[in-house]
Parts: sequence; C-alpha cells; structure tokens
Amino acid sequence: MGSPMIDARGVHKRFAAVEVLRGVSLAVDKGEVVAVIGPSGSGKSTFLRCLNHLETVSRGSIDIEGQSLVATGADGACRYAPDADIRRICRRMGMVFQHFNLFPHLTVLQNIIEAPITVKGLRREEILPTAEELLRKVGLLDKQASYPSRLSGGQQQRVAIARALAMDPDIMLFDEPTSALDPELTGEVLRTIRELAEEHMTMLVVTHEMAFAREVATRVVFMDGGEILEARPARELFAAPEHPRTRDFLENML
Amino acid sequence: MDYLIRIMGPLIEGTGVTLQVFLISFVFAVPLGLVLALVRISRFAVPRALVNGYIWLMRGTPLMLQMLFIYFALPFVPVIGVRLPDFPAAIVAFVLNYAAYFAEIFRAGIQSIDRGQYEGARVLGLSYPQTMRRIVLPQVFKRILPPLSNETITLVKDTSLIYVLAMNDLLRAARGIVQRDFTTMPFVVAAAFYLAMTLVLTLGFQHLEKRYAVYDG
Repeated sequence: MGSPMIDARGVHKRFAAVEVLRGVSLAVDKGEVVAVIGPSGSGKSTFLRCLNHLETVSRGSIDIEGQSLVATGADGACRYAPDADIRRICRRMGMVFQHFNLFPHLTVLQNIIEAPITVKGLRREEILPTAEELLRKVGLLDKQASYPSRLSGGQQQRVAIARALAMDPDIMLFDEPTSALDPELTGEVLRTIRELAEEHMTMLVVTHEMAFAREVATRVVFMDGGEILEARPARELFAAPEHPRTRDFLENML
Repeated sequence: MDYLIRIMGPLIEGTGVTLQVFLISFVFAVPLGLVLALVRISRFAVPRALVNGYIWLMRGTPLMLQMLFIYFALPFVPVIGVRLPDFPAAIVAFVLNYAAYFAEIFRAGIQSIDRGQYEGARVLGLSYPQTMRRIVLPQVFKRILPPLSNETITLVKDTSLIYVLAMNDLLRAARGIVQRDFTTMPFVVAAAFYLAMTLVLTLGFQHLEKRYAVYDG
C-alpha cells in the first residue's frame, strides 16, 4: 500500500532524431481509470508501450507496484531491471491492442488459456473455469470454439480483453482499443471496459472516444508533442480545459 | 507387356534407392533448415554471418559439384577429412544443400508473421522460445506449405544426380536398360514412376493445406 500502481517519472523516448516523449510523469493509483487523450503523434501510445517494456525509454524512471522497471540515476545512465525481473513485473499488467493481436491459429478458448498454461504452468482443467467465466463476462461463451477470423472486430477485441484478464493482472493497459473498429462495434467493447472500471480494475486507456473518457475515466490526461499538458479529473478537464491546446483539441473532437 | 514386366525389377529397385535418398534427406534437411533460419534471424551477429555465408555457398555452387566434393575431395581435407561411402556422401550433400533452401523458406515465413503476434505473446508473458514454438512457428508452417511443397518435389527429382556417384537410382537404372536394349520404353516407365511419387507428395501437401485452412491469416 502507499506506492502507486504505476509511477512514471521524467520518461523520455527518442526514435533516431525524433524525441517522441519529452519528460512524461504520471502516477496512477489503485482503482484509478486514467484516460490518455491527445492528437495522433502526441506520444500517448508510445508512453503506454514504455510502461510494459514494449518500448525502451531513453531516460526516466518507471516503477510498477513499487518495483523498479527502469531507473535513471543522477549520472543520466538509464538502467533496466534484469530480464527475469522485467518479465515478472510486466506480467502484472495486461494489455489490449488497437489491432487485437489475437492468435489466428488458435480458437477463442485456446487464445485465452494459452498463456496461463504456457507461462503460469497451470493445467488445462485449472484454468478452464476461469476462462469460461471470462468468456461469459465478455458475452462470448458461445464463440469459444470459433477461430478469431470468424468474429467481428468488436468480438475479437472482447476476446483480447478476456485473454489479458486470464493472466489475472493488477493493471490493464488499453492502446486505442476501439480505433480499428467500425463505429457500431465500439459500444460493445467500451461497455466491457466500463464493467472492468466498475470492478475497480486499475486502468490506463489511450483513446479517441471522448464520451467514454468523460464518463468512465476518473482522471483524464491530455498529451501533445510528447508531454502531458493537463491531467485532471475527467469532469473538470472536459468542463473547463485549462491549456489552450487542450481546448483546441476538444473543440475539434466534439 | 512381357518386356515391361521384365524391366520392372531393376526400375523398382532404382525407385527404392531414389525414395531412400529422398526421405532421409528430407527428414534431416527440414529441421536443419529451421535451425539455420532461427540463427539467421537471431541477434547474434557472428553466427548470423556464418549462416549467411553457408547459404551463399550452398545455393551458389552446383549440387552435383557439392556431391562430388564430399565424395572425392573431402577425404583429403585436413582435420575434417573423412571418407564416406557413396550413400552417406549423397545424403550429406542433399541435406547440406537443401537445408540452405529450406532455411530461406522458413526465414521468409517467420518474417511474414505480424509484429503484433510477438507483442501479443510478450505482454502475456511468453518468452521468446515459447512465442516461437507456440505462436509463430505453427502459423509459419501453414504459410510456407506451398514453397515447401515446391522444394520437396524438386528434391525428389534432384535425387537423380546421385548417378555421378555410380549409384543405381531410378533414372540410372532406366538409362542402363535403354542403352542395353535400344528402346526408350524404360524412360517412359521412369517418368511414370517420378510422376507417381510427386503426385503422392502433391496430394499430401494439398491435404495439409486443407487441414490448416480451418483458420485464416
């Protein structure tokens, strides 16, 4: 207790000559739902991907549940935890991608039980009840024997959420979970995420869905140009954005 | 008709040699090719360069030359010099040569898998070997079936090269009868035998492709 679930301090990320993140700091407490909004290219996805080591930071520190993933000392040298620790720390986080990244050669059920069996070493019958419960939760129990290609985008994304939850994470990261979906399919995915929020899952959601951010997020972070320009309770930020660029952005979005 | 039956004996014997060379070469060359491909895409620069050089050598010189070298020249090479009888020499040549081609097929297949698959596996906690074994390679296998089938059929026909080591494969057996009896009939029979072998392979690969067609992508 006490330490935040996610504590990122001064995260910098440079791709060749481009500085994508210019010192991003954000702490997320247990049970918080933080929506990250901002124009494309603002670095929101990159920041999210730095948190679970899909990208390496150039500078800065990240603690997950009080454990150091990466730290930058006073000498400016950036040190990552040993590989085994990185894997253990990152396993506490589930991630949902824009393009689902389901395994096409596995059925819906196999997609969900693959990691619990391979990574956690559970037996099939140990994870099966959990898998079925998760599928029921996302409303796809009847699709468990289908291959992902037979499902709609919205259904695939709900399977991806169930797959991440099957590893029993403490934190869920969503990287534009509805951006690849037809508009009429976003609702079902957002509903699933909202249900998770009601169960007080700690979540960080990069999204373009402003209505969703306003209604579900406890806090909204506005990023632009690789920086966080504003991070405030959702209602406040939408009602009275402080930064002129937040205002511009929201005016264009709504 | 009587004549056909009379020449069948040596031709069937030759087919036996052809099939043995083919099957043994295939069974060893495919796994070796996979290993070479995995090294070639690994992050270890020196082994990667060695495999690159190996593939260049094996694809850049004639298979027949490689076979002749292993049989006639290898015994005189210092340190690794070893005298192989004709059958093992032929097998070694085929395995070494075909592994290079299979490696490139595997590499193309592995590199065609979307990065999102690796990321999806990684955020679930799968290690690199687990990701390869459970997620990537099963999908690779489906994708490379057509080129793998091509290469496998070529291997059946390439086995006829072993005549340079004076081994009696199907084609050499047929040629022997042609030269003895002054008739081209054995060639026709040999062609039919080759066609039968490649037909079995073609059907086998088609069956695999159908089995893997249960999922798209």
